[in-house]
Amino acid sequence: MITIARLTIGEAARRKVLWVFVILALLAVGLVAWGVDRLVSDYRGSGSPEATLQLGISQLLIFIAFQFSFVLAMTAAFLGAPAIASDLESGIALAILARPIRRSSYLMGRWLGLSIVVVAYGAASAGLAILVVGYISGYTPPSVLAPVAYMAAEGIVAMTFTILLSTRLPPIAAGAVTVVLFGLAWMAGAIERVGIALAASNPGVNLSIVGDVGRTILPTDGLWRGVIHGLEPAIVIAAARSQPLAEANPFFASTPPSPLFLAWSVVWTVLVLSLATYSLRRREL
Amino acid sequence: MIETSTADSVIDVVDLRKRYGRVHALSGLTMTVRRGEIFGFLGPNGAGKTTTVKLLLGLARPSSGGGSLLGRPLGDREARRRVGYLPELFRFQPWLSAREVLALHADLVGLPSAGRRAAFDGLLELVGLTERADASVGGFSKGMQQRLGIGVALVGDPELVILDEPTSALDPIGRIDVRGILRTARDRGAAVFLNSHLLSEVEQVCDRVAIVDRGVVVAEGTLADVLGGRETRLRVEGLEPADLASLQRFGPARLDGADLLVTGLEDAVVPDLVAALVGMGVRVFEVASGRETLEARFLELVGRRVEGAA
Repeated sequence: MITIARLTIGEAARRKVLWVFVILALLAVGLVAWGVDRLVSDYRGSGSPEATLQLGISQLLIFIAFQFSFVLAMTAAFLGAPAIASDLESGIALAILARPIRRSSYLMGRWLGLSIVVVAYGAASAGLAILVVGYISGYTPPSVLAPVAYMAAEGIVAMTFTILLSTRLPPIAAGAVTVVLFGLAWMAGAIERVGIALAASNPGVNLSIVGDVGRTILPTDGLWRGVIHGLEPAIVIAAARSQPLAEANPFFASTPPSPLFLAWSVVWTVLVLSLATYSLRRREL
Repeated sequence: MIETSTADSVIDVVDLRKRYGRVHALSGLTMTVRRGEIFGFLGPNGAGKTTTVKLLLGLARPSSGGGSLLGRPLGDREARRRVGYLPELFRFQPWLSAREVLALHADLVGLPSAGRRAAFDGLLELVGLTERADASVGGFSKGMQQRLGIGVALVGDPELVILDEPTSALDPIGRIDVRGILRTARDRGAAVFLNSHLLSEVEQVCDRVAIVDRGVVVAEGTLADVLGGRETRLRVEGLEPADLASLQRFGPARLDGADLLVTGLEDAVVPDLVAALVGMGVRVFEVASGRETLEARFLELVGRRVEGAA
């Protein structure tokens, strides 16, 4: 397993797709830095209160994180998609699996190697964006570690799902399906929020089931809410307590993901990996 | 799963069957490969050669039947530790160097680190890749990839080397090199299972062969067994079927059109046969002594005779 994990990391480092995403992330950080710098200098020039600026930056940072979370999911999907499928298509898998290695070890080696890459990429890009914004604006979120960890977990979940698909589908299809499902899972969360807004005037409306189903099928949106909560200043959370409609905002989370949801995310990962192993073991080469 | 093996057999399969949907890739394949021999596995395209190899290594599962690989069930992990394999359609990680590919497979086999460098140097020299040892495999020609594939199959001095069409991309010099490599492997006691449709190659290097067609072995044994004994062909005139009885003392004799065919005739006796024929008033125009070629036998067995084939 360690041999395959090492091979996977080496492979990812030498694949163009990773470097394309690294360059994209650096470009995004650069653009964010430029935009935030303009915002801060214009705002400070106007003589308005600094607290309002800090509040605005905190909300802007959540939007920035959203963009990084999407890019991370794409990276995870397109790194995970060829992990098994390309080896099967090219015949690389024939030479490797004829060796005394279990298919489960091969799959877990792939997963472990890609997890390390995804976590490193996610932590580096999101961490860099938070640090750059903090350096320019003076605003640092209440926690840097928690949002980065939730974002990395999102990437691992997306990558795990792609690996499952990769045992049966061609790389492009596996990557595309994951990206679409990632978007749908986010939409399910957004619909749930719309339900909260509607419920204020129509008490019979309850769309929480949509969010629950989405988070159960693919836990990425639930983890994304962990990112939001980690970036949200305490003052915003405190203010929202008196405003029930605040929860209707898809870019606001008053609470971190529940321990039950986090446990489900772990169970989900184990289940999907087990299913992927079963699928690969049943597959004839 | 059926497990049959004798002490000196490395591959033993009995009534192995494999179906893909409605297609019967193997329809009851039975064969034995022994230690220390180069075994040629011959057959036309689609005969089931590659399927057989995949079943041996556990890359696919048999629909029924079974057997043993190095005394263990087909596809067994411990058995695979002692097997080197070159797939027919394969690619190595293009971003690794030849030496790194060898190291990867040494890791997968679980070889100790000590002595690896010397072993890799030896393998790279054996397959003629010393100069390209540290070059990326992505830049290798097909022939070079095949050479590396043979080197990979020999990592860890396996007891059984399975090569699926190992010379399809090689030039004539490469093919000669491979024959030498196979003989070297056999001389150190390994068995070599050579899956090929290059008949001349098999004829030159294999100790025993099996010819497979439509998923069953239609002939198996030493080349002499499969090709039959020597056969002497005489172009004659004036020989009647009734005269054949008096020629049986030279060996089994029969008429093939206008030609007389005598099986098992030693060269030293050929003048006596000619003298006897002349004594009977038969005119002899030509005497050709030899063995049927593997190609002719192959075509005969797989039922695809072509006009002009010997």
